[in-house]
Amino acid sequence: MKIKIPLEKKTKFREKIEELSGENLFACYQCGRCSGGCPGASQMDMLPNQVMRYIYLGAEEEVLNSKTIWVCASCYMCTQRCPKGVNLTKVMEAARQMYLRKNQDYFSPDNIPQKDREELPTIAMVSCLRKMSS
Amino acid sequence: MQKIAYYPGCTMKTTAKNFEDSAIAVFKKLGIELVEIPRWNCCGTVYSLTSDDLMHHLAPIRNLIRVKEMGCDKVVTFCSMCYNTLKQSNLRFQQNEEERQKINDFMYREELNYEGDVEIVQALEFLRDSVGFKKIAEKVKNPLNGLKVAPYYGCLLLRPKEASIDNPEDPSIVEDLIKSLGAEPVDFPYKNECCMSYLTVNHKDIVAERTFNIIKSAGKFGADMILTSCPLCEYNLDARQREALEKFPDHLSMPVLYFTQLMAMALGLDDKDIRFDLNYIKPDDKLIKSNI
Repeated sequence: MKIKIPLEKKTKFREKIEELSGENLFACYQCGRCSGGCPGASQMDMLPNQVMRYIYLGAEEEVLNSKTIWVCASCYMCTQRCPKGVNLTKVMEAARQMYLRKNQDYFSPDNIPQKDREELPTIAMVSCLRKMSS
Repeated sequence: MQKIAYYPGCTMKTTAKNFEDSAIAVFKKLGIELVEIPRWNCCGTVYSLTSDDLMHHLAPIRNLIRVKEMGCDKVVTFCSMCYNTLKQSNLRFQQNEEERQKINDFMYREELNYEGDVEIVQALEFLRDSVGFKKIAEKVKNPLNGLKVAPYYGCLLLRPKEASIDNPEDPSIVEDLIKSLGAEPVDFPYKNECCMSYLTVNHKDIVAERTFNIIKSAGKFGADMILTSCPLCEYNLDARQREALEKFPDHLSMPVLYFTQLMAMALGLDDKDIRFDLNYIKPDDKLIKSNI
């Protein structure tokens, strides 16, 4: 895939992610251990180490419209395994927040069928909506 | 009887009532009374990870104020998600003075200024450090000899490492508990991997596939059942077996229990304390009776 990135935008997106996550994106040297350990990797359209690289390059749209940031369930395996001490869990959260802070939901309570609402544990609904709605 | 402050969290009172009932009964049997925190609120279930989001730390911290109001400085919680959220919020609170001030300012109507001095203890830690597995072994009435149990840690008991109850890559706390009950722990590669958590709400298919793989692996290593400490792991591994079976016809069902239910079995408690009625896959009668 070819992506053209204007220089100004490139810096802005990365800086915003760095601000929200408190992480240094430059620390990543693309070893891929995060993706190797990720339990959701098989369901993702962009592997966690690729997300890091895309943010580094400033590819805002690609990252914020990826399925990956919503498949990530914040299990901290990537963070645990990262040899450079990058907290990818925070980076993923920063990306989700950048999407949600545009006053849009990725998944809203209205999307849960009544039957599921009766059966699902409270913990599942609260955590899902905390992560996926604005 | 020793008393300890207890934070239940939302799900222990609803779909995971079997977790709470068995927990209270087991602790009572061990001579410990769990005293529920008055006016507790939901912890938010997930720890807020962004640097500028302080608002979502109010809920967990407010519960710790309630603990202080009880005159306690230690609180026990069972649910892995509650434990993780309370623990991480508390750590963040302790480490950042400016944020500490802001969070307290937000809660100006509370009578107490929180200072970060409540210790959050997961029930398994409490059993290991304050009760001791040796003492538990002495209280066992029905040793679960021959029962093969796969411990499923999931993510939030072990990660991030600063909030871990054991070695995050090679834990043994649940194995030690299983041994103290006379049963045999089964090691399997998925034990500290995520069940895909809340994706069970919007992606049943992803969780069903995950459940199928986790249970298949535990079965391959000879497990009779899976043991967990998280109401969401329990739901995903237990109830989602329904969807797993639809998707994978060769799926072999396996019961998933809370560690307190297994303890209740071994300590000889009644069915009303064990509460298999709320487990989706009922443990096989023969499996249970041959061990009691």
